[in-house]
Amino acid sequence: MLDATQITSKLNTILPSVKTPGRYTGGEFNQVLKNWDEIEIKLALLFPEIYDLGMSNLGLMILYDLINQSPRYLAERVFLPWTDMESLMRSEGIPLYSLESKKPVADFNILAVSLPYESLYTNFLNALDLAGIPLRSSDRGKPDPLILAGGHATFNPEPVAPFLDAVVIGEGEEVILEILDKLAALPGDASRIDKLNSLVQIDGLYVPEFYQPIYHASGIFSHLEKTNPAAPDTIQKRIVGKLPPPPLKPIVPYIDTVHNRAPLEIMRGCTRGCRFCHAGIVTRPVRERSVEDILAAMEVLIPNTGYSEIGLLSLSSSDYTKIVPLIEAINEHFAGQNINISLPSLRIESVSVDLMDALAGKRRSGFTLAPEAATERLRAIINKPISEGQLLDTARQIYSRGWHTIKLYFMIGHPAERMEDVQAIGDLSKRVLAVGKEEIGNRARVHTSVSTFVPKPHTPFQWVGVASRKEIQEKIDLLQSEIRGKGLKLNWNDPQETHFEAWLSRGDRRLAEVIYKAWENGARFDAWQEHFDFEAWLGAFKAVGLDPADYNTRERGSEEAFPWDHIRTGVKKSFLLQDYQWSKEGKLRPDCRYECFSCGILPTYNDLRQANPGELWLCPEVSRTGKE
Amino acid sequence: MKTQRWRITFAKTEAMRFTGHLDLILTWERTFRRSGLPLSYSKGYNPRPVINLAAPLPLGFTSRGEIGDFWLSEECSRASFSNSLDHALPPGLDLLDIEEIPDLHGNKLPSLVESAVYQISLEEPSPAIPARIDQLLASDSVLRSRKGKQYDLRPLIHSLAVLEANGIQSPKLETSLSLLPGATGRPDEVLKALGLDPLQASICRERILLKSLSSEP
Repeated sequence: MLDATQITSKLNTILPSVKTPGRYTGGEFNQVLKNWDEIEIKLALLFPEIYDLGMSNLGLMILYDLINQSPRYLAERVFLPWTDMESLMRSEGIPLYSLESKKPVADFNILAVSLPYESLYTNFLNALDLAGIPLRSSDRGKPDPLILAGGHATFNPEPVAPFLDAVVIGEGEEVILEILDKLAALPGDASRIDKLNSLVQIDGLYVPEFYQPIYHASGIFSHLEKTNPAAPDTIQKRIVGKLPPPPLKPIVPYIDTVHNRAPLEIMRGCTRGCRFCHAGIVTRPVRERSVEDILAAMEVLIPNTGYSEIGLLSLSSSDYTKIVPLIEAINEHFAGQNINISLPSLRIESVSVDLMDALAGKRRSGFTLAPEAATERLRAIINKPISEGQLLDTARQIYSRGWHTIKLYFMIGHPAERMEDVQAIGDLSKRVLAVGKEEIGNRARVHTSVSTFVPKPHTPFQWVGVASRKEIQEKIDLLQSEIRGKGLKLNWNDPQETHFEAWLSRGDRRLAEVIYKAWENGARFDAWQEHFDFEAWLGAFKAVGLDPADYNTRERGSEEAFPWDHIRTGVKKSFLLQDYQWSKEGKLRPDCRYECFSCGILPTYNDLRQANPGELWLCPEVSRTGKE
Repeated sequence: MKTQRWRITFAKTEAMRFTGHLDLILTWERTFRRSGLPLSYSKGYNPRPVINLAAPLPLGFTSRGEIGDFWLSEECSRASFSNSLDHALPPGLDLLDIEEIPDLHGNKLPSLVESAVYQISLEEPSPAIPARIDQLLASDSVLRSRKGKQYDLRPLIHSLAVLEANGIQSPKLETSLSLLPGATGRPDEVLKALGLDPLQASICRERILLKSLSSEP
């Protein structure tokens, strides 16, 4: 295999002929390049997408920062080449390499891959292949890097389990250093299995090969059998009791990326309880960063990066308890510095408009609102209550304060949805446009984006079947005929992509063969419309002998065991089932910051809550015992 | 408010050779924000810093002589200007010279650009090069096509010569090419006209010649 010097020299001759060569060079401001020979454990951080997307991944940046703070360890970045670069790398014999040192990925001790969503799976396999590392963990040996994974998609690790040596369940900030310390303590000639036996002692680590899935005669998943008595029965997700300091020296790219801004997480978790939302469950409990800590971080982020924009990130910005004082303080501190603040995921209420008004400066592009459903009935089913009056009032405020475009996000395809609910999306879009015309005349625009519901594991809808492609298409057809004309625009998802996502979301370990076959059939960059190849996936199912319908359209029984049941988010399955029942009755579950519904988080993380008393957690205080 | 205009001569080196023109401007904006020097911003809905680079450098080239004008909203001494910038520069940008331009509103840099000198380092030695250069310079016209348009490269070449070719060492070429609007000579096109592969060469822009400067003897 080529070494770093040979890779660099080959890159010099091929880069001028590829698209956006700046993706492949590294060397940016704030990059960390350590002396390789002085480091005990070297870790490659892989985001299996192109640089332009990967550089905006906050999780990757957090781990990069944390690991590189330790003098004993190093972390370098690895992204996937775009197809033009991939062909050149393959024809020139250039292995997948890290941006910092240009070392082949195979030279690292660990390859840690971030898997926030399922459509990265074939890219991940392609990355291993480009790195010259055997794809299946059972084919790997002592010289190969350990392959670790983390990220939201790994809350159901089964579809990719055979490719992974170990999976980090939950937040990585503490556990990543525990992993590095454990491996550093092993003798240099430790075998792969020695390493796994050592890692399995760490809380929150799942070693797939220590478990064997068992299926019923019907083909439905039954349970996991342990093949190693030292492995835990269930794997409890890791969380941090207090949000650690954010990365203060994020790498500043030399080329355009999807988010050209310094990211700053203000809160983790969400108390809203929208029943379709995976992130809302897996990131519980809500932990906020204090206003003082946020301001202090901003104060150094700007001189450290030179960015003109800071993104205050969370799942629901307007739910940050002290959002109004925070914005006031920011405006006071950073006035006149030409700094933009972005505040994604705002609720549909006038306070959100006030916040944006205070922040937006002079430029007003689009304002995004996500009612998700257009009728009160359906909004009760998905637990996202908002009255139409409130929505229209908020829209009026937005138009009257200088925005011309409102983006409306809806979801179709829930089994309880009727055609009149879909019709209502068209009607509501038009009513919002009518409000806009009253306020600002013909300049008003409404952009309606419709995604299709995909049932996710660990959510109250994990039992639900996905709509058939025919049904989804009928709904899209209706919307296309309704949402047209001046001022209106419609975006929607391809039903094939919805089904693809649905297979992988609630798949079991047998799907690994399907993913492998699909990759062999040429599937990669599945999240890119121009690359997505549905036939490659159908062919893969056929070759492996599995029925795609078993994974998506089938409604699952309330007694059924799930392939991801051993992965514990802290939220009880019985709570999710109750919430699913409530949804069928159209019963709302209010925001849990006002009333605790005993989802299971508090007893699970009782010690952490006690160690972090006060208002930064939104769960109630626990003082006396382990009980709620 | 524009209160001061600075002309910076800078090098764009290896780490930034694949950063395009617009991204380079963004990198300068971020460098100034890190330095704490107050760039002057345009008015309007989307305020932009007032930055004026002389001429875009083709992707993949390095340079030892880029020029840019930067306007500050507050006055600043020469020492503190260069000191603050030096500390904020990213890998791939080096400060070579700074000069205060007294005329705040005078001619914009791109309108002053006349020509540029490039140095080309070839990876493979090729004994035939001097003869091919003579032949190229002796031609009345050298027709080439780029992006589907045919043009004559010959009048865009002001000079072209081998810089060093001692024995078996690979030669270095130096060429001066027109850099006027609509009449831009590209060194990679010169290499192709010589029958050489630009991918096997590294090209560095040595300096950009401005009209007022080049009129001096």
